[in-house]
Amino acid sequence: MTTPTLAVWKFTSCDGCQLTLLDCEDELLTLAGRIRIAHFVEASSAVEPGPYDVSLVEGSVSTPDEQRRILEIRAQSRILVTIGACASHGGIQALRNFADMTEFASVVYASPQYISTLDTVTPIAAHVPVDYELRGCPIDRHQLLETLCALLAGREPDLPNTSVCSECKRRGNTCVMVADGIPCLGPVTQAGCGALCPSYHRGCYGCFGPMERPNIGALLPILRINGMDAVDIDRVFSTVAVAAPDFADRSRDEPSQ
Amino acid sequence: MSHRSRQLRVSSLARVEGEGALRVVVEDGRVQRAELDIYEPPRFFEAFLRGRGYTEPPDITARICGICPVAYQTSACNALEQICGVALDPPLTALRRLLYCGEWISSHSLHIHLLHLPDFLGYPDAIALAADHRELVEHGLAVKKAGNTLLELIGGRPIHPINVRVGGFYSVPGRAELAPVAEQLRRARDYAIETASRVAQFDFPKVELDHDLLAATAPDRYAIEDGTVSTSTGLDFPASEFGEHVVEEQVPHSTALHARLDGRRYLTGPLARYSLSSRRLSPLAREVAAAAGLGPECRNPFRSIVVRAVEVVYAIDEALRLIAGYEPPAHPAVSCPPRPGVGHGISEAPRGLLYHRYEIDGAGSIRAATIIPPTSQNQAAIEDDLRRVVSEHLDLDDAALTTLCERTIRNYDPCISCSAHFLELDVVRR
Repeated sequence: MTTPTLAVWKFTSCDGCQLTLLDCEDELLTLAGRIRIAHFVEASSAVEPGPYDVSLVEGSVSTPDEQRRILEIRAQSRILVTIGACASHGGIQALRNFADMTEFASVVYASPQYISTLDTVTPIAAHVPVDYELRGCPIDRHQLLETLCALLAGREPDLPNTSVCSECKRRGNTCVMVADGIPCLGPVTQAGCGALCPSYHRGCYGCFGPMERPNIGALLPILRINGMDAVDIDRVFSTVAVAAPDFADRSRDEPSQ
Repeated sequence: MSHRSRQLRVSSLARVEGEGALRVVVEDGRVQRAELDIYEPPRFFEAFLRGRGYTEPPDITARICGICPVAYQTSACNALEQICGVALDPPLTALRRLLYCGEWISSHSLHIHLLHLPDFLGYPDAIALAADHRELVEHGLAVKKAGNTLLELIGGRPIHPINVRVGGFYSVPGRAELAPVAEQLRRARDYAIETASRVAQFDFPKVELDHDLLAATAPDRYAIEDGTVSTSTGLDFPASEFGEHVVEEQVPHSTALHARLDGRRYLTGPLARYSLSSRRLSPLAREVAAAAGLGPECRNPFRSIVVRAVEVVYAIDEALRLIAGYEPPAHPAVSCPPRPGVGHGISEAPRGLLYHRYEIDGAGSIRAATIIPPTSQNQAAIEDDLRRVVSEHLDLDDAALTTLCERTIRNYDPCISCSAHFLELDVVRR
């Protein structure tokens, strides 16, 4: 059997999710013995042509060139895994989807004609089929390793679809919202980070995006009881997963006052 | 085009953070153009920060760069705390510096061991390098891991730490939690010293840059988490005067803006920091620098790997000093109620000075934001260096010349995802 190949691709992003692969200090060299890193421009100047067994795709689609490039990458990849909030939901740069781009460009930029950019930022899945999706801003290193190991072993990766609350309970955290009145998006946010923010006495800010079928309508009044006004609520749902439909359309589910 | 014209084009630069390309045009033996073409898509941070809450920039601007998020968080906090008129308690400042040391250790060792060393030893990447020099790569990864452990313990995670806020932290570690990291750092310090002595032996092209140098400095320490701005021409000014000296301009070939210091190109980053502050390094780091053949200044960009290696030793040494003297702060954060005003924050990102400016209203809403990252400050200097390198090596064939250009760029550890940003020129409230 030949060694499977891995490719890492960047779209509009901060590089943090692909850096997570290099942050696997203990596993990187072992991993490189099991899977050949055939295309990873940030880490290597040797680039092998496709096809590739596994492609990790970081970032969202925000330029005409990226629209074209994602199709080529999909065509060359047996398994395509998106990594991170940009790839899943558009990322922080999707805030532009809710703004007037003409105003953005003309107010902030001396010569916008030099720049080629789309009015809306879209996730990878809006353009091509995605086989697996790793959430987070950035992704969790353990989930990345679990996914690569599973794909090497030919089994399904174990990716949770519950909420951050379930991880908080498992970790034995006291609920920051119930006990301390700290507003927290944990009840509607996808698990995977290990309940990081509540473990640091901070409310979750939703960087893994919405869980499957979140009950956001039930959370909104609780956020208000804990001191958030309408502006605060808008802001907390408008960060790295701002363009996730469940977060963007949250008021739809709210019980009438 | 003359029959003697040559064009070099590297369509995607490898082993740098972000997306960039290089275009060099040579005609009749003269370099006509050398352009670092940054095609990293623009992300409009300065535009969408308007209208956000003054407590949000540490989380939002961290997302500009996955390699140096703590730099973004710290410069943002410095600017916003200045607006609020708040000074951190000394133990909180020490903890912020300790977190930042983690980023220096991690980011510098990423660059030295995974991105830059392969150039000097003739490998395409660290994986290939490890096949022949396993221990070298393993030690590098161990140093990097020590930095990440520090980031993870204090910040929650190495990339986009969640525990930083305006005024301090959400929670602070106890003394006992830091003890095992100290052990790891001590081992890493030995490896870092070995690395410095090893990279010092490489054969470096003889180059001296004559650019102005610009870095944060502080009277009593090697500046990391704050300071005033100093230059090699003898200027010394507070962050609030940054905009009077440094002006950004747009160039057609790049989504990054170019910055100029009083109209001249300049350099920020390890060479500038070291040249302006080498005497403020710890005794051990000074000793390692001297043993590595560094004088009080270093203006050779190829030797930046040596300076980075010395800075890793320093950051580890400094982290150990901060851990030894650590007293948990009485409160994880000081209270920072908003008040209207303008604030300026600087800090030394691993690749150079990072400037933030915010204007907020009485309710704490951001009215304007400006971010000037190190790579856009360095871009003019990098291009100048490329012109010089190509001029001096026109005898090389295209492949060799391209490799040399790539190495030249890598010397600056450009963080291209950071530098693709938009300058806020004016404020228009809709």
